[in-house]
Amino acid sequence: MKTYTYTEKKDTRSGFGAGLAELGRTNPNVVALCADLIGSLKMDKFIEENPERFFQIGIAEANMMGIAAGLTIGGKIPFTGTFANFSTGRVYDQIRQSIAYSGKNVKICASHAGLTLGEDGATHQILEDIGLMKMLPGMVVINPCDYNQTKAATMAIAEYDGPVYLRFGRPSVPIFTPADQKFEIGKAIKLTEGSDVTIVATGHLVWEALEASKALHEAGISAEVINIHTIKPLDEKAILDSVAKTRCIVTAEEHNHLGGLGESVARVLAQHNPTPQEFIATNDTFGESGTPAQLMDKYGLNSDAIQNAVKKILKRK
Amino acid sequence: MPNIKELTDLTTQVRRDILRMVHKVNSGHPGGSLGCAEFFVSLYQELMETKDGFDMDGIGEDLFFLSNGHISPVYYSVLARSGYFPVEELNTFRLIDSRLQGHPTTHEGLPGIRIASGSLGQGMSVALGAAQAKKLNNDNHLVYSLHGDGELQEGQNWEAIMYASAKKVDNLISTIDLNQQQIDGSTDDVLPMGSIKAKFEAFGWTVLDIEKGNDIEAILEGMKEAKSLTGQGKPICVLLHTVMGNGVDFMMHTHAWHGKAPNDEQLKEGLSQNPETLGDY
Ligand SMILES: Cc1ncc(C[n+]2csc(CCOP(=O)(O)OP(=O)(O)O)c2C)c(N)n1
Ligand SMILES: [Mg+2]
Repeated sequence: MKTYTYTEKKDTRSGFGAGLAELGRTNPNVVALCADLIGSLKMDKFIEENPERFFQIGIAEANMMGIAAGLTIGGKIPFTGTFANFSTGRVYDQIRQSIAYSGKNVKICASHAGLTLGEDGATHQILEDIGLMKMLPGMVVINPCDYNQTKAATMAIAEYDGPVYLRFGRPSVPIFTPADQKFEIGKAIKLTEGSDVTIVATGHLVWEALEASKALHEAGISAEVINIHTIKPLDEKAILDSVAKTRCIVTAEEHNHLGGLGESVARVLAQHNPTPQEFIATNDTFGESGTPAQLMDKYGLNSDAIQNAVKKILKRK
Repeated sequence: MPNIKELTDLTTQVRRDILRMVHKVNSGHPGGSLGCAEFFVSLYQELMETKDGFDMDGIGEDLFFLSNGHISPVYYSVLARSGYFPVEELNTFRLIDSRLQGHPTTHEGLPGIRIASGSLGQGMSVALGAAQAKKLNNDNHLVYSLHGDGELQEGQNWEAIMYASAKKVDNLISTIDLNQQQIDGSTDDVLPMGSIKAKFEAFGWTVLDIEKGNDIEAILEGMKEAKSLTGQGKPICVLLHTVMGNGVDFMMHTHAWHGKAPNDEQLKEGLSQNPETLGDY
């Protein structure tokens, strides 16, 4: 079995910051907007190098989305930065009408997604954003898994013409994808070959899925781990090919099971190849304050939970 | 007559609580909390008419809504020390399974809290609804609210500000924590707002300044005047000129401590500037 190791941990939001800075140097049309959270979004480098292409909006996210839409008219490629909650729920209709329906080339870059935001608690921990954004016609939804992949995704979405929701997080997590890996929107990445079960994971749960597959391997269970960094458009072929072999699947995400990756996968399976599925996701609940690790444990979003789900699904095959 | 010495002692204790709470979990927002300590103490100890105990509807008592929910440390400390819940519970701030969430919430049923806040810009609308409910209930008590100055950049505030005067919501006193700081810098660096006073006035509010927003006597005097102006057909706005981080010298006059906890050394220093008065939790 292919195994993954890491020498360094970093936050995915820093990957975004690095990608944005790189875009500042390479793509003169890229502009950035922020609503009083420059430090949290790691946008400092871009701002330092391109002060004229940065717009500090103040604490006014709805205005930010409208201004971003306007900046596209004239060929700019706006990247908006704020927390995931204020990037989606707060401004849903602004995104819906001025960006998605109007077909504007805005990149909505959202940090501190999910429970791992930690101590700030439920007001800031959105677990519904994937659902909100994937329901918008034409919106691309991406949730990369580590620093390198977030950096690559940030650069890739500038090349894509259309609205994108890019979701990343606050805590430091292992860096295990290659720094030079090309990011292809909508193309899943198979991380391990396996024959007993398919585990598809997105964002912070990808590393947990790899940890789980290691432990499962020792217990004699062969897991195929797939990194679904793009939730929409979903790589249906990658999923269908894998379950054709394994005949069962566990989906894993830092999101509500209602509206998340798991439901997108379930739809594909129900339509093409009905397959037993277990969902690693929050169970229709708000989050709360706590350390990221405590919360992921309490809400069942870690390697242990994935292993248990695998054991359960194997009995349902 | 209010006993200023007692209120001052309580404020000092509240500052200690704030510092110790955010230090323990290495997160939370000391800057705005410290800047509003005198205001919360004055509000809960002297200004608001409250009943014993806590019920959600709050009929027959004054109500308070915190819109800038990130300054939960000062809110929790003053609520606890005003008898809403045991002061020992301050120990659980931001810990898993606590009622003292990072931002105030009704979700865990903490007495004293009537609405979740944390996502900025929503509190004035809620306060307006509560004030209108009071009118429907023929309840002559007042509704107070507090808002950050940076928070005023959220457009929803201006919808609420427009509505309040249009609908003559004159049982509402909304206070703005005018510390001139927010996360990315001073409010003037981030998004200069010009004269907030002129804006509220243009929207039909009566506006009062409390220039010494960290002076308990000045707060009591200003807020009593504000109270005397209620019931005259206009909502009341109080511009409370505060110093972010007040009472801990190295935290003052900067945005740096908006959302950063002190380390062990800094905690010691901060506490030494605020000697224990009523006893630590
Ligand atoms: C809708 C929303 N956007 C952004 C944030 C992040 N945030 C928390 S506090 C803050 C600054 C608030 O400034 P101000 O109201 O002046 O409070 P102070 O810093 O003075 O305590 C920001 C941007 C938030 N909590 N809610
Ligand atoms: Mg302020």
